[in-house]
Amino acid sequence: MSTKFSDDMIVCRCEEVTVADIKNAIREGAKDIVGVKRRTRAGMGLCQGRTCEKLVQQILVSELSITPKDAGTSSARPPVRPVTFGELAKGEVE
Amino acid sequence: MLQRDVLVIGAGPAGLAASIEAGKAGADVLLVDLNMQPGGQLFKQIHKFFGSSAHRSGTRGYDIGKQLLKEAEEAGVEIWMQSTVIGIFPGNKIGIEKGLDNGDKEIITLQAKKIIIATGASENAIRFEGWTTPGVMGAGAAQTMINVNHVKPGKKIVMLGTGNVGLIVSYQLMQAGCDVVALVEAAPKIGGYAVHAAKIRRAGVPIYLCHTIIEAIKGEDGCVCGCVIAKVDDKFQPIPGTEETIECDTITLAAGLKPTMDLVKLADCKLTFNGPFGGYIPLHNEKMETSREGVFVAGDTTGVEEANTALEEGKIAGISAAEELGLISSENADLMRAEIWKRLDALRLGPFGERRMMEKEHILKEYREIIGTPISAE
Repeated sequence: MSTKFSDDMIVCRCEEVTVADIKNAIREGAKDIVGVKRRTRAGMGLCQGRTCEKLVQQILVSELSITPKDAGTSSARPPVRPVTFGELAKGEVE
Repeated sequence: MLQRDVLVIGAGPAGLAASIEAGKAGADVLLVDLNMQPGGQLFKQIHKFFGSSAHRSGTRGYDIGKQLLKEAEEAGVEIWMQSTVIGIFPGNKIGIEKGLDNGDKEIITLQAKKIIIATGASENAIRFEGWTTPGVMGAGAAQTMINVNHVKPGKKIVMLGTGNVGLIVSYQLMQAGCDVVALVEAAPKIGGYAVHAAKIRRAGVPIYLCHTIIEAIKGEDGCVCGCVIAKVDDKFQPIPGTEETIECDTITLAAGLKPTMDLVKLADCKLTFNGPFGGYIPLHNEKMETSREGVFVAGDTTGVEEANTALEEGKIAGISAAEELGLISSENADLMRAEIWKRLDALRLGPFGERRMMEKEHILKEYREIIGTPISAE
């Protein structure tokens, strides 16, 4: 859709990453979603990128003139949903 | 450590159908889901479904959900609700945050011989100026509020997107007593079925084609008090000078879905990119088995479609898991799957389905060429 955004627009709500942050990461050499994630933390928050991954993808596609496929997809790490340390500590160990 | 024959993740139509099939075959099945109630999106669907009678056309989504729950109970499926899988680890070990009856949570580690991932899909966000303002939400979220929680998301609503989700949820918002003031669609024509669009039109709600939302206006209370829409050109770019302001307190986004992939990624399943199915999805074969032996997928996780295809794919996954456990003979499993594939092909017909049929065939072909037989974890 609209590709004209102000640079202070939030893209990743969980980690408060803006359009400008993502464009900077791309200028620093990020070529895909994982590259942007490593540089900005976009997609590392509470929702693990469920909301912002596609928005980051769109910015990569327009900035680098690549396909959505080339923008790749985020890596996943456990826990994939928020869980407290207290609950983790209670869990059985094997 | 707890042991189960089959762990099914996600109690929507795909996960329920998979659990029923594996349970009926005699497998020891555990079904986990993070929501309060099983059924996935089915309990939000108060409208009658389309299609053939074999696919329960004319039946409302929540009645299909009730029927599936009854069958799961009869098949001896154990169900953990408000329980979240937080990780899949080598050796088919699974970490689950289990919801207890007293409201507490407990971390359980479990080992399952077979894993069926049916985690569905999540809504796409759309960015425009102010898209993070309170009052902007997914159409599915609004549907949950009215049909499950019986709470109106707002009084005056603008819907972005006129696919079936946008149309159906708009109508249900009106039924719930909300004032849907406009539907906005970037494409030159309505995306969903004409029969749904007709209900909106008869109610006199304007549908703005070739338009998009460019801004959510924030009111003094910090929440949405209106939106600015604009005409778009053939590249979907807003045309300056065509802006119009619409007063509203809620903006709902129906801009498609993407498969929920985190557990598929943790299980180390090979992925492929498929635009029409919503992005990266797990490669799978005719048995719904991924590149990882013993890890199956079904429903929207394998590409965004609808409840009936999810249900049929779930059945296949359940049958295949039971087959690998030696509970169904290969001859019988092949026969059962062939019947289901026939029904799936029938569901993937028509102007909306043919594309999906082609894409599905493409995914199966890619699996044959790249993976062939699933890779054992050992």
